[in-house]
Formats: sequence, structure tokens, C-alpha cells
Amino acid sequence: MSQVRIYVPRDSAARSVGADEVGAEIERESVQRGLSIKVVRNGSRGALWLEPLVEVETDEGRIAFGPVRVSDIPSLFDAGFHLGKGHPLSLGRTDDIPWLARQDRFTFERVGLIDPLSLADYQSHGGLVGLRRALDMAPEAIVAEVTDSGLRGRGGAGFPAGIKWRTVLSTPGEQKYICCNADEGDSGTFADRMLMEGDPFTLLEGMTIAGIAVGASEGVIYIRSEYPDAIATMNDAIERAREFGLLGESILGSVRQFDIRIRTGGGSYVCGEETAMLESIEGKRGVVRSKPPLPAIEGLFGKPTVINNVLTLATVPGVLSRGASAYSSKGVGRSSGTQVFQLAGNIARGGIVETAFGVTLDTLVNDYGGGTYSKRPVRAVQVGGPLGAYLPVSSFEVSMDYESLIAAGGMLGHGGIVLFDESVDMAVQAKFAMEFCAIESCGKCTPCRLGSMRGAETIEKIMMGENVDGNKKLLLDLCEVMTDGSLCAMGGLTPLPVRSAVLHFGEDFDVRREVKQ
Amino acid sequence: MTLLIEPDYGTPASKRSDLVHVEIDGIEVEIPADTSIMRASAIAGISIPKLCATDRLKAFGSCRLCVVEIDGRNGTPSSCTTPVADGMKISTNSERIDRIRRGVMELYMSDHPEVCAAGDECEMHGMAKRVGLGEVRYSGSTHLDLPKDESNPYFTFDSTECIVCNRCVRACDEVQGTFALTIENRGFEVRVSSSGTSFIESECVSCGACVQACPTGALTEKTLYTIGTPTRSVITTCAYCGVGCSFKAEMKGDELVRMVPYKEGGANEGHSCVKGRFAWGYATHADRITTPMIREAITDQWKPVSWQVAIEYAASRLKTIQSEYGVDSIGGITSSRCTNEEVYVVQKMVRAAMGNNNVDTCARVCHSPTGYGLNQTFGTSAGTQDFESVEHSDVIMLIGANPTAAHPVFASRMKQALRKGAQLIVVDPRTIELVRTPHVEATHHLALMPGTNVAIINALAHVIAEEGLIDRAFVNARCDLESFARWEEFIRLPENSPEALELVTRVPAVKVREAARLFATAPNGAIYYGLGVTEHSQGSTMVMGIANLAMATGNIGRPGVGVNPLRGQNNVQGSCDMGSFPHELPGYRHISNSKTREIFENIWGRKIKAEPGLRIPNMFDAALSGDFKGLYIQGEDIAQSDPNISHVHAALRAMEFVIVQDLFLNETSKFAHVFLPGTSFLEKDGTFTNAERRINRVRPVMPSKTGKSEWEVTCDLARAMGYEMNYENGAAIMDEIAATTPTFSGVSFAKLDELGSIQWPCNEANPEGTPVMHVDHFVRGEGRFMETPFVPTEEKASRKFPLLLTTGRILSQYNVGAQTRRTANNIWHSEDILDIHESDALLRGISDGDWVRLSSRVGETVLKARITDEVPAGVVYTTFHFPESGANVITTNYSDWATNCPEYKVTAVEIAPSLRGPGELSEHAQSGDAELESLIRMANQIAANVPTTAAPEHAVAHHIVQFWTPSMRGRLRNDVDRSKLSPIVVRALELELNPQPV
Repeated sequence: MSQVRIYVPRDSAARSVGADEVGAEIERESVQRGLSIKVVRNGSRGALWLEPLVEVETDEGRIAFGPVRVSDIPSLFDAGFHLGKGHPLSLGRTDDIPWLARQDRFTFERVGLIDPLSLADYQSHGGLVGLRRALDMAPEAIVAEVTDSGLRGRGGAGFPAGIKWRTVLSTPGEQKYICCNADEGDSGTFADRMLMEGDPFTLLEGMTIAGIAVGASEGVIYIRSEYPDAIATMNDAIERAREFGLLGESILGSVRQFDIRIRTGGGSYVCGEETAMLESIEGKRGVVRSKPPLPAIEGLFGKPTVINNVLTLATVPGVLSRGASAYSSKGVGRSSGTQVFQLAGNIARGGIVETAFGVTLDTLVNDYGGGTYSKRPVRAVQVGGPLGAYLPVSSFEVSMDYESLIAAGGMLGHGGIVLFDESVDMAVQAKFAMEFCAIESCGKCTPCRLGSMRGAETIEKIMMGENVDGNKKLLLDLCEVMTDGSLCAMGGLTPLPVRSAVLHFGEDFDVRREVKQ
Repeated sequence: MTLLIEPDYGTPASKRSDLVHVEIDGIEVEIPADTSIMRASAIAGISIPKLCATDRLKAFGSCRLCVVEIDGRNGTPSSCTTPVADGMKISTNSERIDRIRRGVMELYMSDHPEVCAAGDECEMHGMAKRVGLGEVRYSGSTHLDLPKDESNPYFTFDSTECIVCNRCVRACDEVQGTFALTIENRGFEVRVSSSGTSFIESECVSCGACVQACPTGALTEKTLYTIGTPTRSVITTCAYCGVGCSFKAEMKGDELVRMVPYKEGGANEGHSCVKGRFAWGYATHADRITTPMIREAITDQWKPVSWQVAIEYAASRLKTIQSEYGVDSIGGITSSRCTNEEVYVVQKMVRAAMGNNNVDTCARVCHSPTGYGLNQTFGTSAGTQDFESVEHSDVIMLIGANPTAAHPVFASRMKQALRKGAQLIVVDPRTIELVRTPHVEATHHLALMPGTNVAIINALAHVIAEEGLIDRAFVNARCDLESFARWEEFIRLPENSPEALELVTRVPAVKVREAARLFATAPNGAIYYGLGVTEHSQGSTMVMGIANLAMATGNIGRPGVGVNPLRGQNNVQGSCDMGSFPHELPGYRHISNSKTREIFENIWGRKIKAEPGLRIPNMFDAALSGDFKGLYIQGEDIAQSDPNISHVHAALRAMEFVIVQDLFLNETSKFAHVFLPGTSFLEKDGTFTNAERRINRVRPVMPSKTGKSEWEVTCDLARAMGYEMNYENGAAIMDEIAATTPTFSGVSFAKLDELGSIQWPCNEANPEGTPVMHVDHFVRGEGRFMETPFVPTEEKASRKFPLLLTTGRILSQYNVGAQTRRTANNIWHSEDILDIHESDALLRGISDGDWVRLSSRVGETVLKARITDEVPAGVVYTTFHFPESGANVITTNYSDWATNCPEYKVTAVEIAPSLRGPGELSEHAQSGDAELESLIRMANQIAANVPTTAAPEHAVAHHIVQFWTPSMRGRLRNDVDRSKLSPIVVRALELELNPQPV
């Protein structure tokens, strides 16, 4: 009998619910039973509610079991799960699980499928095709391909990647940089992490293509310190990529050179703002810079710099390998391609849902997400991280794309969706938005530094019934000053959750409010 | 007279020259591209509210008060960070903008004291009123209970008034380059911090840039609280180092409240250092002597007298000495601390009233080799550039200078250039701060042994010549080719290779080669140097070596290049310009030139002697041999600052009559018979000339505390001696200087008041002065290369004195400390410390902080040791700011062969642990005929150093005729045992040692 490959994710979300122990137990049990089994540590499929999700490779494809606990393993072996046989935990063919089958995975194409650190695995699943193509293209043509794909920045601002690249390409400079923003600090977001842990070579390939396209020879990935697994995986991948010749003096034997290093963040949320990130990479305090100058013209160490989010750069290899139209044909309006949504919070089926833009919030929350984990009715959804708007159920038909969300008073941000049930106190949430800003603001501009604290205090007064009308007016005045007067999106967007809470859940700010449990 | 409020355009001027057109509030504005909207508006007369912006610092965009609206653009961008673009239409006011500004100020004022201790010094309440803020509706947490940091003696940091605009932090980073301040924490807890400690314990150098930048009362001069708000300003010039910073003296009545650096100041452009900014309290110190004093003998008590009594006493004693010992038995020393006008008048008094040329200046002991060396090679005794030039340099070679301590404001400018990417080569035995300091690191540090400068400059030039790096196009076009050919042949000799000189300099040859290549291939290479170049037995040779290197690499005559002496004192340049050398009349014209003499003789109405007079060390020697009896000393403490103090003291004691004109009683006044009280720079009306030849006005901010100007006293003395000398004011003296001195012919107080400052030459060809010299041709026509053979100093390390002592300055103290020791600057440096390398300390059982006995061939003293790797093994270092440490008890009589500038920078010493602290300084007995010994040493040195030609005796004879008095020449010829003289000197003696036209 040939060796059976069993996949147990190494993703930290899976590890947090016991994947390491499950993997070890499977190995131990197989040795004990004299079975020839190889445990492969893959990335996560993204169905986090099924983690640890164990897959067995069979002739019919991979058969999934989950969520698997250590205590389940004897019975799984007893049932012959390693041969793909049935068990109460069996989910059938992984590809047939509806939650996964309905998705349109482009950026996350390989995540969960492959051994993240195997370049052989990577290439047998389509890796390096895009880079090889790019190496034969003129820089202008690469930039045009990315522009034509309609790929927009996934960090939140949604700025067309191709246009940013073109600016860097056309700015003269001997030294240019590609900076990957992996400071994924938004609450309820984890796609960057899962990609880095599950398919790191895609990111390296995407950055290398960007380097070739704009004439940069150095890349930096700025990863938040809270992601030790992603940092370790990326470092490992960079080492292997150098050994392989994907990075270094001669990319895949060509005359082009590119190398990448990792910089670890210091625990600051605002360092996810691109200019604060540049300061931090330069070894300074993570403080926001004024724009202009744009980082594309004067970025890292004052040199022309592409700054893109992990998901943006990780999408590039697919765009190059399959062609711009393969990407641009997906999506709606000016939101082309797919979005990697992250379902989190009080949700029954959390995880990664990558689908074309245009899916409704309702589909994501109720069809994919299955409503709340607590089974109580949904009351609010925060889309786009801690600076995103709270949307009520009445907004659930909104099409999930950049423009429609803005029209609905929200924003897509990094694609995080956090669910709250009816027990949520929206005044507390609004106050939290201000408090978060008061702690995480870089402190450079006045509206953000002082306004956030005054905002939290003012909401507190409203909650305590102190001069409610006056303080509500003051809060809205403050929101205007912060929105119009702040230097960056941190202070500028903090009022978004506050105003949306007041707008949609005004009853929580009423004088005789009951403090909810 | 009112308080001068300088305009602040919010952001620095654009460096672009192309113009764009914009419309601001309906006003058409034409402005250079890249100008900020804020600056463009200010120039158009529209003042946009701002707190975090100031035109000395890069735009920051944090306060958000300056937001504007731009047609066709969303949002409200900050006008400080947004550049204008052609066709832009900007509104600086609207209902929305007003709301934002009011909202921002409401936030600010919710965490700001209701009443500010600093009053109107804090802009916050005024700004709140201006944007129409009424009631502050917020309440909640504040920072109003934070403690004040009073640790700095000169300013307070009151965090409660701080609005975290970062101006202080940015000023420390961008302007000063010290990076002492930072912002701590995040969010609401963000605070300005002197890097986690109190100001006094931090890296802060008290330059005052943060205090000046602060828009609130958070950083405030303590005098603002103790004296009060100033009501009037006077623009004047600092009296410390040769940078010559312009300041606004802000006054309340006749009391100085603070010195604020003046943005229009050409030398400093609004920056300052701890000395100029804060350490001016000495000017009104209780130690000031303001009444003339006289005494019969130096053992007597001083007796205060009227000016008239003092002047008559002084004049009669001087006249008596002259009638008894001859016209040449007295002389005077001018001060580099005094104004050009005061110096000019002293040299005139010596030449016209005393009737001899025995006038010298304290520049003798610092930069006289610069004058000699640059005159020989370029034809003028001054640096070639303005300070601004350094901003255009690609490679900077810094030799024997420590600008962060001695020329701090220029150092900041240099650091700015280095942070922008210029490369630095440091040539210095010590690891000075610029070798490695935040965001600055020297590409090469050539840590040579003291006394081997010429070896290293020859080695550098050798590499450049051997490796084909000479800029032949420049040399062919601009230089004297005959001198170049001789020099090239000389410099290519194998003995000048870095490999051959490695053992002497102790600098690895490969490093010398790399540094030479870097300098030679730089588009713009500039050389800056200090007293580490001049104060050597080959000081003049080294200056010529530097000039050779600059010419050979084509680095003369444009911004970014040049040979730049960093002058030690505020008016070293000026005192030299003013003819205070015994062989030169104002404008560096040799005394033997009858045409020059005639110019002065016609105006002065007296004949001028055609022979050079005595230099300072010659005066001492002559005093000891009984020929020199009376001395007028203007503002120089020779008994502390000159080398081999015991010799100086003996000379002073040997004189019959000494006049000291100074602010304080000092070491020299212990030997004086008349004390004439001087005036501080705050009382003077005149000019100082800084290291970049910039003539700056010194204006009286308060009445003279002595009732007289210093030049008036000099005139009084001259008149009492029988020579009629009168001026209406300082301006009239400058008019006479302009009338007699071609390089100053276009200078007048009126023009200085109009232009702010003028860099000489200022004449018909350059009516507004000359920032960069030698642009099309050298002053002497063609640049002349001089051969510079390396001749090791006779002051050698030996078994008995195995270490080499070198000396220098630190930031907070100044020279002999007469001023800074009378200020709170002592908090940083209250004693001189001996720096010693660990290996030398270990060998002698010395620990950090131990008392050590430091002895040389001439004397010994006791100092506290500091073990450091800033000096290499074999070298020790100290400062000379405190009389009790007596560094100059140790230093010797050796001096520069051409100018007699003392060899302060090399003394062979030994150190040993000492059980007791500093007590009596001991001076080793010195015997014999000091003057004869000096003459022998000087003559032999000249013979060893003159360029090697077929008949060097002619060069030696020429040099001696040019610079020695007839009496010295006579003694050399008649009294010296010729076996002690080098054969070249003996042959020179066969020639006529008579004056020859130069």
C-alpha cells in the first residue's frame, strides 16, 4: 500500500484549536497501527468553524473531516478515515463542501491546497507561471496588464494598483522599493495572515513581478508582531526562494534582480497606515506623513515606492498567469475581480469567503455565515474593520463592492465583516471606536489625538444622561472636525462607526437608555 | 524702538525657480513652483492660522488649523503641506473651514491652561480668539497636572502648555541635528520628551532651537519669567566663536531679557548654540570691573581712579620707558574679541603714537599660519567660501577641527549637508563627535598621531598625483605651472607615499588611499580645518598643503568647495584684517611697502617704521633679555592662554609696565600696573568679521558700563602720549578703514545697516561683497603650489615623556573661560579633564575619575582622568578652560616655523597617579638666554621648512627679513654661536639681512 497523505493545517487559526496536537496524534496513531501515513501541514481552507479540518488524499480527491479533536482520532482510524471511509465527522469531498464550492477563489487559489513551503507543490499548482511571463514582458506591459485587470488596492482605499505602479515606474530613480503592508490590524480581519501562512510564495512572486514592473530591486514585507507564525513562514519562504533562485541576483536565471526582507511591526495599529508604516520600516516612530509627496514618488527612504497590501500583491501572479481579463471579467462596476471577505465576530460559520464583488451582505452573513453564533437575531454588522460603519439588517441587500458600500454609508476596507447580535449596546460600540483611536492614534494631528479622547468622554456623558442634546450636538460637531480635519484615515474614519451607530441605532443613545448586559 | 517680530512664512522657500500662477482668495499670485499654499498666501499678504508650521522647519501638517479649500478638489488639505500648482484656485476662508478651525482650537483649549504663565509668549489664547472660539464645551482628562522640568539652567519645559506640535522635536532634528527630543507614547498620551529623562540629563546641547520653535509657553527662557516681557530688540552679533551669529537682543529697558537668533543673519540663519543663546550673563556679572585702576608695583593693591588719572599715569609711564630704553621698548597686543574699529585704533596707536610696529594680536596663537599659508598660495589671508557653501559639498574633509564643540552653529549646517548625503573624511587623532553621531557617520576617519598633519596631507596628495586624479584642466587654467611642476615632482617622491608615511602617521596606507580617491573624485570637495592644523610647528606648511590639495583637485572658486578655516574667536579674521600684525598694515600689506605706508602716513600724519616689529613670543623673549619693557594688552589673557606659562609669567614680571584692558581681573592683570575696564559686546558699537569674511554689525544694546567706548580709551591714551587721535563714533573709524584699505573700500556702517552684512572684498567691483573668492582667478593671479616637506616636530615622545598631549575645547566653555565660567554653563563642565586611552591608563594603574599628575619638559599639573576610546593609545587630551588646571603650564615654546603660532597641539608628557587634587602648579626651572635660544630654534626651523630650492639660504634670508625685527636679526648675526645653526642659516647670514621690497 502506498503512503497516504493526510493534510492537517499549520495555519495559526487551526493551531489555536488544536491542529498541532491533532497532527501529532495522527502520526503517533499511524505508527502505532503500522500504517504508512505522511502528515502534510497545509494552509487552512478558510472554513474556520471546521478547524481543525483534516483532509485525506484519495483517488476521488481529498476527503474532509472536521472539526477534529485529538479524542476523535482513534475512532477515525477505526473507521478507516485514512482510506477516505465514512465517519460522523466526515464532510465528504472537500471540493464539494458547499461553503467552499460556491466560492470563487482567485487570490486564495492555493491556500489550503498546498504545503506552503514546498516550491514543488507551489509550481505544480500554477505557481511561477505569472512571474515567468512577466520576465518576458516590458515593464510597461506588466503595468498595463495589472491596470487592465482592474485590480484595486485591498488595504482599504481601493486605489487602482496599475495606476500606482505606473507612477512609480515613471518616477526616475536608481533605487525603488516594493513595500508589502502586512500590518493587518483591523479587528475581524485575517486574510493577509492566512495567505502568508498558507501560500507565501504567491506573495513573494507578486512582489517580484511588481519589482520587475516598476524597476525596484528591493522589497520589504512589514508584518505585525502579533503574527509570529506568518513571520516565521515568510522568513522560511524567503530563504527557500533565494536558494531556488526566485529571489536574488538573478530571478529564475534572468538578468533581473530582486530581494525581499521582513520588518516586524512594534504593536501599533496606525503603522498599518502606509506612511506610518514607511516611518516604522525606516526605524522611526510610526507616525503618519503628510501627503504630498505621495509614497509612489517619495516613499521608503525618500525613494519611489509601491505600497500594496498582501492581498493586492498576492493577486498579481494570477493576473499575470491567467491574463487581465480573467480577473476583470469578475465583479461589478468599477470593483473588478474577487474580494477575500473575512467573516468574524458573533458568527456561526466564520472564515474566508472569496467571491466576486457584488455578492450581498446578506449572502455573506446569513448564507455563508449562518447568522450569529449565539443564535440570537443579528442586530448590526461592522464592515471594514474598527473604522468601518455599523450597518443594520435593513442594509443587508447592499452589493458588496467599493462604490455601493460608500453609497450605503459604509466602506469595504480590508473586507472584514464582524457580526453582532441583539445584545450589543451600540453606544458602547461607538465609544469603543473613539477609545480605540485615543489609544492607537499616532498622536500627530490634533483632531485624532485629542478628538478621540473627547469623543469617548462625550459619548460616556451621553450614556450617563448628562446634557444629552448638547453632547449629541458636540459629538456630531466633533465627528465633522475629525472627518474633515484629520491628517489620515485613522482620525478621518473614526467618526464613521460613531455616526453610523447614532444614525442606525439612535435608540441606544437615548436619555433613558437601559444599560444592556 | 520696538520689539522686532520677524515674519514667519510657515514653510521654507522653494528651491525651484520656475514660476506658477495661482489665485488665493481672488488674488493673483505668481510664485515659484513647489511653494506651499501657506507660504504663497503669506507672501500675498494673506495670513492663514497656523501653530505647527514655521518657516525654519519642513512642513509637518499636524495642527490642522491651516486647512483650505481648493477648487475642484475634495476635502480640506492643510496649506502647509500642499504645494501650489499652476492655475490652482484656493479659498483660505469659508464657513466649513471656520468650523474646522474652531473645532480644532476647541480641542486644543480643552487641554490647555486657562491662563498661561508665559503670557503672550504662548500663541494659544490669541489663536483661539482669532478663529472665533467662544466657550470650550469639552471636559475630561487633561495633562494639566504634569510637572515642570526646570533642570536646564536657562529654560523651562512645561508640558502643561505643550500642544505636541513637534516643532521642538523637529528643530532638534532638522536644524540642530542632535535628536535629543522625541515624542513618547501614542494617542492621547502622546508627549514631548527629552528622550525619557530630564533635559539636563538628556543629549540636549541647549542650543535653544526648541525654545525658539515653541509656539506656546511650554519651552520658555527662564529670564522671561524673572525679568519680564521684552519691549524692544536690537540686532547684533555674538561675541563667542568665529561663526558670528546674528541675534536679536530682546530688551526690557536697559536689561537684556534674552538673545534670540536672527533669521536674517547670514552666518546662522536663525540658529544658535548654548553660548551665544544663553551664556551672556557674564556681561553684567558682579566681577566686572568698571572703574580704571592703577598701582605702582604688581605687589601693591589696586587703586580705583578716574579715567583721566589712569590715562595720564599710563601715558607718562610709557613715555618714560621709551625715553629710557628706546622707541622700540614698548608695544601692544590687539584682541580678537574686540571690534574691527577697536583693533584698528590700537594698531594705529602703536604705529602712530608709540612710533613702532610692535603690535601683534592673539590670532598669533591660533590662525596666523592660515594667514601666511593662504597668502602664499592664493594671495589672500582668508577662507575662500561662505558657510552656505557646505550645502553644495559632496565630500567634506575635516581636519583638526571639532565643530560640534567649537563652531556648533556651523556644525549643525554641516550635519544637515551630511544627512542629505555628503560624505565626510575626518582627519583627527581624536574620535570627534562627527565621526559618528545620530544620522551622521564619517566615511573615513584618519586617526593620525598628533604632529603628523603634513605627512598625511602629502600622502593624500601623493595618491592623487600617482593615480592620475589631478584636475589638470583646472591646474592648467588657473595655476602657476612652474610651481605646479616642482610640486608634482616633489609630491610624487616615494617618501611621500602613504605606505612610506604609515609608520609616522599610524594611519593604514589603504585608508589614506581610499580617502584620497574619494576626495579627488567628488564633484565638489571642500576642506574645513581648525586649530588642529595651525597650532603645530608646521602649521603654515599644513595650510599650504591643504591649499595645494584643493588646487590639485580643482576645488576652488565655486560653491561647495574651497579651503575653509574655522576661526576660533569672533573677530580673529577682523583683527588680522585690521593690520594688527607687526609686519603688516591693514589689508595684509607688508610694512616695507612704501606706497602702502604713505597711504596711512598721509592720513595719520606720522611716519611709519618700515621694519617689522615684535611678535608676541618675540616680545616675551625680548622682555627676558631686557629690551622690551612696556605692554598694552587689549582683551587677551596671555598669562593663561599662551603656551609655557612660566616663561610668559617671567616675561611679564620682567616688564616695567603692563596695561590690561579687559572686563575682568584675570591671570594677566596680576602682572599689570594699570587696569582699563573694557566693554562687553552688548555695549560696543562696531563690527566683527567672521570666518567667512562676513562683516557683521555689533550694536550697543545698553550703555557702556565704564562710561566710555573701548576705542575712546585707546584714543585717550594716544592723545596723552602726544598723538592727536579722535573719532566721532565707530562709523567714523570704519570710514577711515575703508579709505585706507582696498578690500574694505565699499564698507560703511550705513551699507551694513542696509544689507545686514557684507563679505569682503567689498569694493567697486563687488559692491555687495564676495561670498566665494577666487572665482575666475586667484587674488594673486595664478594659484601657487608650494612644496611641503614633512619635518617632524622637535617635541617628540621619549622614554621619559612617552605620551603626546593635545588640547581642545568643549561646547559649553569658551577658551580660558573668562566669560563662560561666569555663567550657568559650569553645570555641564566645571573642570578640565584629561582624556586617556584605557591601555595607557591600565599601564599606569589609573582608573576613571582618578587625579593624575601630568608633566612635560616645562611643567606639571594635576587633572582628573577620564578613560575613553575617543583618544587613541599614546595620545592624551585636555581642555584649557580653567586657570587652575593650567594646561598651558605643560605646553612648550615650540611654534610654527613661519609665524610662531605655538605648538599647542603636541606636547610630550607623562602621567602618573596623584594622591592630591589640583594645588600649586609647578613650573620647571628655565634658564639661559631665552631670546637667543628662541632665535636659534626659529632660524633652524625656517631653514628646515622653506621649500627646497637650489639656494634655500635666499628663502631663509627673505623670510627673516620679512618677519624679524632688525634687533632680532642683529642678535642672530652677532650673538649666536654659529655651530648651533644649520648650515643654511649660516649661509643666509652671509646675505644682506636688510629689508627688501616684497
